[in-house]
Amino acid sequence: MAVGTTLGGLAATRKGEGARRPLVTAASLKGFAARVVPPLVVLALFLLLWEVLCQRPGAGLPPPSRVLAEAHDIIVDPFYDNGGTDKGLFWHISASLQRVALGFTLAAIAGILLGTLVGQSEWAMRGLDPIFQVLRTIPPLAWLPLSLAAFRDGQPSAIFVIFITSIWPIIINTAVGIRNIPQDYRNVAAVLRLNAFEFFGKVMLPSAAPYIFTGLRIGVGLSWLAIVAAEMLIGGVGIGFFIWDAWNSSHISEIIVALVYVGVIGFVLDRLVAFVGHLVTRGTATA
Amino acid sequence: MSHLTLTSVGISFTRAGRTTEVLRDVDLKIEKGEFVSLIGHSGCGKSTVLNIVAGLLKASTGGVLLDGREVNSPGPERAVVFQNHSLLPWLTVRENVALAVDKVLKAKKSKAERREWIEHNLALVNMTHAAEKRPHEISGGMKQRVGIARALAMEPKVLLMDEPFGALDALTRAHLQDQLMEIHLRLKNTVIMITHDVDEAVLLSDRIVMMTNGPSATIGEVLAVPLTRPRRRLELVEDPTYTHARAEVLEFLYARHAKPALAA
Repeated sequence: MAVGTTLGGLAATRKGEGARRPLVTAASLKGFAARVVPPLVVLALFLLLWEVLCQRPGAGLPPPSRVLAEAHDIIVDPFYDNGGTDKGLFWHISASLQRVALGFTLAAIAGILLGTLVGQSEWAMRGLDPIFQVLRTIPPLAWLPLSLAAFRDGQPSAIFVIFITSIWPIIINTAVGIRNIPQDYRNVAAVLRLNAFEFFGKVMLPSAAPYIFTGLRIGVGLSWLAIVAAEMLIGGVGIGFFIWDAWNSSHISEIIVALVYVGVIGFVLDRLVAFVGHLVTRGTATA
Repeated sequence: MSHLTLTSVGISFTRAGRTTEVLRDVDLKIEKGEFVSLIGHSGCGKSTVLNIVAGLLKASTGGVLLDGREVNSPGPERAVVFQNHSLLPWLTVRENVALAVDKVLKAKKSKAERREWIEHNLALVNMTHAAEKRPHEISGGMKQRVGIARALAMEPKVLLMDEPFGALDALTRAHLQDQLMEIHLRLKNTVIMITHDVDEAVLLSDRIVMMTNGPSATIGEVLAVPLTRPRRRLELVEDPTYTHARAEVLEFLYARHAKPALAA
């Protein structure tokens, strides 16, 4: 819902600009202001508080003004590339996103298939569920040494960590979704004599889609959490390494800027998956 | 040889080590084109009979023959109109009918013929105007009409209806009953319908099968309704055959086989 309203608000303002304001009514402006003003006010207060607290001599962290001054270069030019790992934030973020994209896509495919198996078959459920319940509690980074030993390379290891972190909520939510397919839909499929593939594509996936997308949303959030931590350890290009590198060089301001990026990107990823889910389920998630 | 034959059908369910016999010795012969209603108190196993004919449940004893062939799995030649319509909510009205037509008649009809057949069946239940709508956008009566269109579009030998109008208000129900009679007159389908509405049973059926109360429910009595078709509900109100049949069913349900809990 939140996604729908936010996008609705954006669409309204954009249309208004394009058509030279006939569509921007007082009411829509008021609604837009009601959504945008409170977060801006809170943000301003937060920055002010931070500024005041960190201005004192001996403060451990730089105030916002100093962050802006010190990290000026990386803020205004995220695209520089001096070779090696000395690149702009854009390149680091893009490297991290590529790892997440690959790992998360693999997790989505494997997770939906395994979730379907567990949701559909009582035996698969009994056999696999205890193993899943134990494996899913393992912290993402605990997998890293094992995957480094198996793959002998940082890149596939990082992707594996993403995969193994994000697959559990996808499996579990898909299984619940499949389990909750109403008996009526199964009866319809039985009367029509849909074969296993037709049933999977035409009844199971659409019926379980709301659940699947809940799992995907949690999964994408977890993979973004995991990639930053994993990159700190494996090095190379990536936002996690960038943060670790900045810490080693005592560039606290750069860390703060990177964290803002990480937060915003994580938020965008979450909303992106939710939006795709909304499109795919065509708003029938509650039906 | 009858079109559809149920021979000493019985079914028992075992739950937590206890076996309950739900149906015993259900024998019924139905001719082609006949409209048969199953009536009985709730919990008497009407739906179980229908589900066995549909193939969704397996009889523990006895069996069902359709045109001489044993029924042992669900199939489109025994299309079901479910009580709660069971339309797939992510598909439009047309897509719901198309799913059935494209799957069932793939070998029989070309793509263009199938398109035409889908439209034909939507028109049959007067749903052409809402073909692009999704189930949650239309009323309960409309959903049930789409369910009927989907079942009819499979060109079934037998149409099985599980309290198709049970959840509808009286006016919508009367309207759909009229439509169903009209369709039945035109297509001459064999229909088995479950109902607990006495008037509905008498108005629509050629024969009314009255079931005793469970456990171990069976057929108590079969009543023929020798009214000519087409039947018009307003003319029937005073018709002696109609009132007699109605009285017979009421007598069976409320005097001889009153629900124990209600009688007490």
